[in-house]
Amino acid sequence: MNLDFTVIPAYLDVVLLGAVWTIAITVAAALLSFVGGIIFAVVALYAPLVVRLPFRLFAWLFMGTPLLLQLFLIYFGLVQIGIDLPAFVAGVLGLGLHFAVYNSELIQTSILAVDRGQMEAARTLGLSRGQALRKVVIPQAVRDVIPPIGNNMIALLKDSALVSVIGVSELTLSAQLAIGRTYRPFEFYVLAAAVYYVINLGMEAVQRRIELRIAAAR
Amino acid sequence: MTEPKPFVDIRNAQKSYGALEVLKDISLQVARGEIVAIIGPSGSGKSTLLRAINDLDPLTGGEVWLEDTQINKKLPHRQYEKHINQVRQNIGMVFQHFNLFPHLSVRENVTLAPKLVKRLSEDEAEELAREQLEKVGLIDRIDYYPSRLSGGQKQRVAIARALAMKPKVMLFDEATSALDPELVEEVNLVMKKLAEEHMTMIIVTHEMGFAETVCDRVIFMDKGVVVEEGPPSRIFRNPDNERTQNFLRKHLANANR
Repeated sequence: MNLDFTVIPAYLDVVLLGAVWTIAITVAAALLSFVGGIIFAVVALYAPLVVRLPFRLFAWLFMGTPLLLQLFLIYFGLVQIGIDLPAFVAGVLGLGLHFAVYNSELIQTSILAVDRGQMEAARTLGLSRGQALRKVVIPQAVRDVIPPIGNNMIALLKDSALVSVIGVSELTLSAQLAIGRTYRPFEFYVLAAAVYYVINLGMEAVQRRIELRIAAAR
Repeated sequence: MTEPKPFVDIRNAQKSYGALEVLKDISLQVARGEIVAIIGPSGSGKSTLLRAINDLDPLTGGEVWLEDTQINKKLPHRQYEKHINQVRQNIGMVFQHFNLFPHLSVRENVTLAPKLVKRLSEDEAEELAREQLEKVGLIDRIDYYPSRLSGGQKQRVAIARALAMKPKVMLFDEATSALDPELVEEVNLVMKKLAEEHMTMIIVTHEMGFAETVCDRVIFMDKGVVVEEGPPSRIFRNPDNERTQNFLRKHLANANR
């Protein structure tokens, strides 16, 4: 065996900076996927056909093609039509929209599962449909959908490694940089794996806190 | 003496789902301050009629008026939405299953519509909520979430929530049917209090005792028509129609079982 973990300290700052980028991109994409998921769900359920159909196509594109391809398309492809996004923005956009489509499926189901009487009660009080959705139906739907969305967000964290291919020096790419200098792939990939695991634990802790807060309000 | 102009005026209400006729040409006038009970077997159309009043279940024919406003006006979508949101502020509704908003506290349940629809300030809405919760005897539960209330308390909050919009009419759709027997009375007491304040009320109910003591008039519906109507003393003691007699006899037999 030829393992030497003493090479790690010299490159720890590089890897940890990568971890910061991974967290940044994950948090930004998670927020986008959450807000986007709600908007997409409302569009899918309530928008007129002329809006809904193009949206279906868009959703199909994001669900039916590889995320890697989507990132290439956004980062390299859009330049050709004059949209030149920084790699970080392209990465957030790709990951965020991709998972927004998945979140939207969950949120749609959850909206439909909210008791019909809730909308009726809100409407009889004089609330418009939009107000009733915003204040009564969607908050309840979102509350019920937090646990499965949490699973999506863990998947998002792991898939954030894909943005390394468009040159965002996040955790995986940083580990590769360190490997390029030291020729120590095992050590640095294990380190990267450990850091992903720690971030994962952090995300689970955040999710648990959110769930507890929701439970307290029941 | 001239008849007073009806406050709620249902003219030739018809409702059908495909070939199934749920309401067959029903007309019903309710005066200001009047308390009307609608009774009848399940499937008679009484809830559908009640829900037609605020256009929750739109009629397929006929008109519903509140004072000088036609409620079920045929308008282009946007205009209709504006119109109906306006109209519904005047019509409070209480449901069998309460339909409180479970993610909101009692305070927020009651203040939501006044703040959102009437654009009241936080303080004004708070004052209004306290006033209404005081009336239903639940001011000490203002910070609770619905899940921590009993069925009777939930329904009283639902009544306070409807009253906070200062409606001109209150509709009750089997408000006590989902309650445990020992919780029915507290809701009935609140409704009696409203009756004493001369709130106009239309009450779909299975509780004949309550209808008899509180209501000015009883409507008996069966198979989508009004079979018989009159003062409670006559309808309950001495109904003319055979269908009414049968219904009441069966109902009493069930109630005494």
